[in-house]
Amino acid sequence: MLWDTLARPDLWAATLAMATPIALPALGGTFSERSGVVNIAMEGIMLIGAFFGVLFSFYTHSAWLGLLGALLMGALISALFAYVTVSLGADQVIVGMSINIFAAGLTAFLLNTIFGYGGTPRETPALPNLTIPGISDIPFVGPILGSQNVVVYLMFFLVFASHYFLFHTNLGLRIRAVGENPQAADTAGLNVRNLRYLGVMIGGMLSSLGGVYLALGLLNSFEVNMSGGRGYIAMAAMIFGKWTPFGSLGAALLFGFATALSMILQGGGISSNIIQMLPYALTILALTGLVGRSTAPAADGIPYNPNK
Amino acid sequence: MRTCLEVREITKSFPGVLANDHVNLTVREGEIHAILGENGAGKSTLVKIIYGLYKPDSGSIRLYDQELNFASPRQAIEAGIGMVHQHFMLIPALTVAENVVLGGEPGRIHYRRKENVEIVRQLAKQYHMELDPDAKVGDLTVGLQQRVEILKVFYRKAKLLILDEPTAMLTPQEVEELILVMERLRSQGVPIVFISHKLDEVQRISDRVTVMRAGKTVNTVETKSTTPQELANLMVGREVVLHVSKPPQKLGEPVLQLEDIVVSSGRNEKVKKVSFDVHRGEIFGLAGIDGNGQFELVEAITGLLPCKTGRIRLLGKDITSSSVQHRTNAGIAYIPQDRQLDGLVMDFELTENFVLRDFSKAPFARLGQMQVKPIEEYATRLSEDFDVRPRRIHAFAQNLSGGNQQKVILAREVSRNPELLIAAQPTRGLDVGAIQFIHNKLLELRSDGKAILLVSLELDEILALSDRIGVFYAGRLMGIFPSGQVTREQLGLLMTGVDLGSGGRL
Repeated sequence: MLWDTLARPDLWAATLAMATPIALPALGGTFSERSGVVNIAMEGIMLIGAFFGVLFSFYTHSAWLGLLGALLMGALISALFAYVTVSLGADQVIVGMSINIFAAGLTAFLLNTIFGYGGTPRETPALPNLTIPGISDIPFVGPILGSQNVVVYLMFFLVFASHYFLFHTNLGLRIRAVGENPQAADTAGLNVRNLRYLGVMIGGMLSSLGGVYLALGLLNSFEVNMSGGRGYIAMAAMIFGKWTPFGSLGAALLFGFATALSMILQGGGISSNIIQMLPYALTILALTGLVGRSTAPAADGIPYNPNK
Repeated sequence: MRTCLEVREITKSFPGVLANDHVNLTVREGEIHAILGENGAGKSTLVKIIYGLYKPDSGSIRLYDQELNFASPRQAIEAGIGMVHQHFMLIPALTVAENVVLGGEPGRIHYRRKENVEIVRQLAKQYHMELDPDAKVGDLTVGLQQRVEILKVFYRKAKLLILDEPTAMLTPQEVEELILVMERLRSQGVPIVFISHKLDEVQRISDRVTVMRAGKTVNTVETKSTTPQELANLMVGREVVLHVSKPPQKLGEPVLQLEDIVVSSGRNEKVKKVSFDVHRGEIFGLAGIDGNGQFELVEAITGLLPCKTGRIRLLGKDITSSSVQHRTNAGIAYIPQDRQLDGLVMDFELTENFVLRDFSKAPFARLGQMQVKPIEEYATRLSEDFDVRPRRIHAFAQNLSGGNQQKVILAREVSRNPELLIAAQPTRGLDVGAIQFIHNKLLELRSDGKAILLVSLELDEILALSDRIGVFYAGRLMGIFPSGQVTREQLGLLMTGVDLGSGGRL
């Protein structure tokens, strides 16, 4: 029975679909924390991305403009986060938490005031699914990889791009340096503040994209609290993945698999409550050292004040 | 000789402190110029101004023909000033090459790994410094990390090299290598400014010395035409006794007896079967490079770490598994190496810090209540006996200078009339005056018939005070020598694990 389940392509297709909204914010968190700013605001930024994605998409009649608008809002809210944490040196966890609460409240409020209690309109343009000719015809692989939402493919591209950016460019080296030892970076002539803004804002846009995917890719509507804790699971995935893009993707795939499995096994005789716990149980397991030691960037979470 | 750097009438004040008071300094091309002064004399402030980290209130700085007026280190770097900070500005998680090129990477977008490795390799060759550009900086020894710092400076084409307390963290052998490097640089015409509070070093390495005291430049002298005594007097502003005179020893019974002690910390065995005794009237010095297990041994004796095997006896009684409090009451006093972390509660007043060990006992407490009067009297007496300044018993520990903080700890520990005093790095980071004070106190205790275990990373301190010297390497005792029967160089070799054969071993 297990084998039969694993042989179902829809399980794996769902794994990818479910991994994407975790991988993107995990990638976002990686950027932020590599620059030395602990970011637990992914959850809130996802909500912002999801809501404004729908809003812009509906009013501009273009899902792509919706996506663009959402990225902009993601950048904006994370710029605010960066201003408070980097420029003013406030506690990053507390500010992150308040952004989460703020975003949940703001999006619920705007949903009701702008769209009323009936929810977002059905005619909101959605981001398309892509069918890749050639791949989609291959048996087994086709249904998994051949026809997914465009954001899923984008996510894969972004994982590779992020890896290249962080580990093979000068700017990536500088971002990592700032996250490890800002004082050393400062004396080497780097602009710590700007680099941290950059890390946080790239991270914000990636998290926002995760929200856009939920709203315009999967559901085509915005619902209150639709991120459903994915921002937090993404944080676990980032740690699980040792603050690397590929690691984050791997961890996100594992979480996506657990979610997909719980969807497919539903109604199969196992209590759905238990199955729905799977991804979260996995999160806890992941964080209790199952992954072995993973070391955070040395200056992660510590505000930098050049005058000590 | 051309003048390379000229500092004229620099003044810089911080709230309540005049850190630099009309400071003058001239550095010539191709010389090694030492800036000598006690802690707080204003050396660091001066170089930080030169490096653009602080903005001076008045005065001017010239580098060759260029008037310097920096707003940030970036501009100083661009002008050709290179600085190696006392606390290295390196990123342990990155490689040597990455650390060197950081901030001035060649190319625009792509990080050119191979090219950078080659650049750093060439640079290392040019300045005769062996280094693997691909090694992770966190895996290197302190001496090698310093080379990375120096390479960083030359990668940026520095015309002037500033070394801030460069020997503070090095072993004697590493100091020798550093001196070689500095001499080669001088022969290549690179002017070097180096900051130090160690006389012998300045005497050995520098061509000229500028002495600073209380924010002022006292004098600049040719090193050859001066003596350590003269420099010390200039630095402190009064006659200084350079050499501690040790009264003859009155050796008594053993106070502390260690038998085959094994201590683990984390996964590793840090102390491997160590045995020795410390007697009444004796200062037993433990020498060794940081991280070789000596401080784990100290924590095992004080009860902060458990012994895996072995026995600790104090005055004949087995205390191997006694609690810290029991050991304290049995007569162990302890000066921890990190006074701010382990020695004092920084947010507490001096009164509270003085009675940290005894606050629950009479006369300081009655029926569970703190007795303010006796505590204040005790604190006042200790402050006076140990010359703690400022003489305000309600000052917070964090507002005292390092030397006075150390006096508070010493006063607290010694006034309990202990049998054994364990002093871990008792003079770390202190100035000459405070060091003198603490050394004299240790010698007084020795004359009073106390047993003293001195653990220090400073060989000079060990040599000056100890009656017997044990050398720690990789968790083992390399040997125990009566002082006077072993040279500095031999100790340096032993500290790096070179066995001298059985000669001299007791």
